[in-house]
Amino acid sequence: MAHLSLRNVGKTYAGGTQAAVSGIDIEIADGEFIVLVGPSGCGKSTLLRMVAGLETTTEGEIHIGERLVNKLDPAERDIAMVFQNYALYPHMTVRDNMAYGLKNRGESKTTIAERVAEASRMLELGPYLDRKPRALSGGQRQRVAMGRAIVRQPAAFLFDEPLSNLDAKLRVSMRMEIRKLQKRLGTTSLYVTHDQLEAMTLADRLVVLNEGRVEQIGAPLEIYRKPASTFVASFIGAPAMSLLDARISDGAISLEGHALARVGNASGPVTLGLRAEDLRIAPQGIPLAVEHVEELGAQRIVHGTIGAQNIAVIEVGEAAIQDNVHVAVDPDKLHLFDTSTGRRLEVQSQPHQEMAL
Amino acid sequence: MTETTIRTAASNRALLSRLRAWYNADTSNPVKRVQFDRPLTPWVFLLPQLAVIVIFFYWPSVQAVTSSFYIEDPFGFGSTFVGTENYTDAVTSSQYASTAVFTVFFCAMVTALSLGIGLLLAVKADKVIRGASSYKTVLISVYAIAPPVAGLVGMMLFDMHIGPLTDLAAFFGHDLRVGIDYGDTAFALVVISVWKQIPYNFIFFLSGLQSVPTSVREAALIDAQSGLRRFWDVTLPLLAPTAFFLLVINITYAMFDTFPIIDVVVKDKPANNPITLVYKVYLDGFKGNDIGGSSAQSVILMVAVAALTVMQFRFLERRVHYG
Amino acid sequence: MQRIKPFDHLILILGALFLITPVVMALMSSTQNAIDIHNNGLYFTPGSNAVPTYGKVLTHRGGFTGDVTGMRMLMNSMIMGIGFAVGKIVLSMMAAYALVYFRFRFATLLFWMIFTTLLLPLEVRIMPSYQVMSTLGLLNSYTGLIVPLLASATGTFFFRQFFRSVPDEMLEAARIDGAGPFKFFIDILVPLSRTMMAAIFIIMFIYGWNQYLWPLLMTTDESFYTLMRGIKSILQVWIGSQIPDYNEAFALAVLAMLPPVTVVVIFQRMFIKGLTESDK
Repeated sequence: MAHLSLRNVGKTYAGGTQAAVSGIDIEIADGEFIVLVGPSGCGKSTLLRMVAGLETTTEGEIHIGERLVNKLDPAERDIAMVFQNYALYPHMTVRDNMAYGLKNRGESKTTIAERVAEASRMLELGPYLDRKPRALSGGQRQRVAMGRAIVRQPAAFLFDEPLSNLDAKLRVSMRMEIRKLQKRLGTTSLYVTHDQLEAMTLADRLVVLNEGRVEQIGAPLEIYRKPASTFVASFIGAPAMSLLDARISDGAISLEGHALARVGNASGPVTLGLRAEDLRIAPQGIPLAVEHVEELGAQRIVHGTIGAQNIAVIEVGEAAIQDNVHVAVDPDKLHLFDTSTGRRLEVQSQPHQEMAL
Repeated sequence: MTETTIRTAASNRALLSRLRAWYNADTSNPVKRVQFDRPLTPWVFLLPQLAVIVIFFYWPSVQAVTSSFYIEDPFGFGSTFVGTENYTDAVTSSQYASTAVFTVFFCAMVTALSLGIGLLLAVKADKVIRGASSYKTVLISVYAIAPPVAGLVGMMLFDMHIGPLTDLAAFFGHDLRVGIDYGDTAFALVVISVWKQIPYNFIFFLSGLQSVPTSVREAALIDAQSGLRRFWDVTLPLLAPTAFFLLVINITYAMFDTFPIIDVVVKDKPANNPITLVYKVYLDGFKGNDIGGSSAQSVILMVAVAALTVMQFRFLERRVHYG
Repeated sequence: MQRIKPFDHLILILGALFLITPVVMALMSSTQNAIDIHNNGLYFTPGSNAVPTYGKVLTHRGGFTGDVTGMRMLMNSMIMGIGFAVGKIVLSMMAAYALVYFRFRFATLLFWMIFTTLLLPLEVRIMPSYQVMSTLGLLNSYTGLIVPLLASATGTFFFRQFFRSVPDEMLEAARIDGAGPFKFFIDILVPLSRTMMAAIFIIMFIYGWNQYLWPLLMTTDESFYTLMRGIKSILQVWIGSQIPDYNEAFALAVLAMLPPVTVVVIFQRMFIKGLTESDK
């Protein structure tokens, strides 16, 4: 068990001009579950593999516990990794797969047997110990990969999209299982995924990456409530936050000529973010031309346009929806972003002049 | 014009960066994402192969080139540098010319016939379901038979006294005299060589055919009525890569691997019999003790084969990229 | 479904007959006696002379020096086939491992050095190869028979292709599990390559067994004769004899084709896979 710290970490590939990853500063407390999330190509896997020692680190320092590990071999870093395709050794039994790393570290036979037994009890792998990976289902292989990590009792677990190869239903149950196991073992974990739902449900803290840089670090809800940029806003939450061109003039936000709320921010163009779940269909408000309704059972998502801009609204009622409706939003649910930089602007509200629609 | 210039410039740059890469051990796209980074260990693994290659490939190859410029004293007392005389002697001799002509003819016949028959049988075997595996087993078993054994068995079949094929020819009024008559021997060589090579082509064509997806076959069934049309428009283009690969292999086979067949059938009596260029290299070198001349012929062959193989590699490379 | 026409079967049967008849004839004639063959031509039916013929071919001391028996040649061919196949697999696996799994100086240069050997078959450099062998004093030795044939990159090429297809994560997982280059090779890569090794073994065994020209040049001492070399010498004895020993020649041919044909037929599936997937 150990804390993990990345200090100004970066990587530029040999011959490459642009950094694949740069300026990463993350302090991870002992036992914390950190999820690195971002679209494909954002550098999250590269970063994870740098921590594992599978990629060289060209800038900054990586510490595991008190040790600087930049120059250490993967095996010396005291980490265990779970791969997307599991990377089980196909010619070894489940037992040997789990024991291989321990054998190489010269652990005694009894220790190995104990640890394998314990891990297989935890993961309910007992009946499969003498099988080869090819005789297992996807979910079982995933468990073996987990088992291989657990028996090592490492300072940190590294997960590289471990659930991507499973079907949707299994993914949900394995997700919960991973979280439970991690809580029980209390091992510091770094987890990479491109799936924002997986990220939200697993993480103590999320690290949102974009083009090799950190966009935002924070607890899932904090990131959901206060996305630091339009990128984070559109990446976290489903359906994605609608980002609309709006203006602030005379101390009020106006969207397509409809005044929304009074704010103290400076005048000029601004990007307005509205979450579908914060919007509601109301007798009066901004007129919305409905284009398409997605029925999800518990709720439905109404897609439409305000002026020429697309917007999504979540509706829980069951009444038929007209072609033209009005939508309303609480002023404290508005997100404002700088149009040119995409960074979040704090809404300077003027509470006494409520203008709820 | 411009395009050529650009391409030359690009290839020069590519060469430079490749040289740099050789030195720095950097490859822009390494074979593996992660590799071991130890300077000495790979040499331990490479050493045996390198030793064998240097001693038994590079040393003789270099020696072939050097001795092609010398005439060796028949009694082994040194050798004299003669420049390209061995080459001019070899190329201008009428015997060399006739051997070269026969080699080309022989390669063309063997390649065309064994490819054609192999393809025909593969297409039919691909079509039938019942008994397909027994046909396959029969056809494949012949692959494992060594060329000299094929030569021996073939020679018996063409034997002037006991050979059933000689009897057959006599029935049609032809007096088949293999080993004595030039044309008859050439015929026997072609038949035996084709016989030996059909299974190889069959295996490749069949596996090529079986890798055509069922959906494509079904689409073709809907789109084209006639079987011949389907074969011509759909199957054959899909088999083209296999066919090209086999073409090169078959030419190489006809040039080199038929050596034992020729040796067994001709039995060291090449006087009035057809032989290939490779056989002539052997004869001049080992029977005629003309080391310089034999080496010069070797070098000419090396260049021809190298060209053939480079062609194959270029093709393979393309296959890897787009295949 | 396509309709199956009897015509297709006809062509296949003709093709199969064309290929198999000579083999059947050789087999049947080897069980007859020489005089019958001389008088009646080749046979399609088994005769009663199999035991003495094969007995003689296997145990009779033939050749000029009277040193070599069929048994001995069979053994030499086995040594040649197995030795070549094993040598090829060991050398080329190691070399391919170094080329695929290591980053080191001159790797590309070495790659080209090794793969250039694919350009030139032994036959075109046969004369100088012979001279090198005699310089090294390797004529009439198993080393001389086998090792020079290993100087080609076919096996290395196959294994390189195969190693490239092994998922990258295999090495990564092994490195995290603390396996160094030697451990990874022995513990993971060799066991993973078992099928590939078997397929290449079959192909190379046949290649080694079927060698003709090289043994012809390398062996003057008859105790090193292989079956292929024996075929050459049986033909040399033949010339000038009244009634040649047809049956013995056929028996020798049958002995020479039996092991490779058996191997190919038994391991047909693996063999085809090895041949078609690695050669391309």
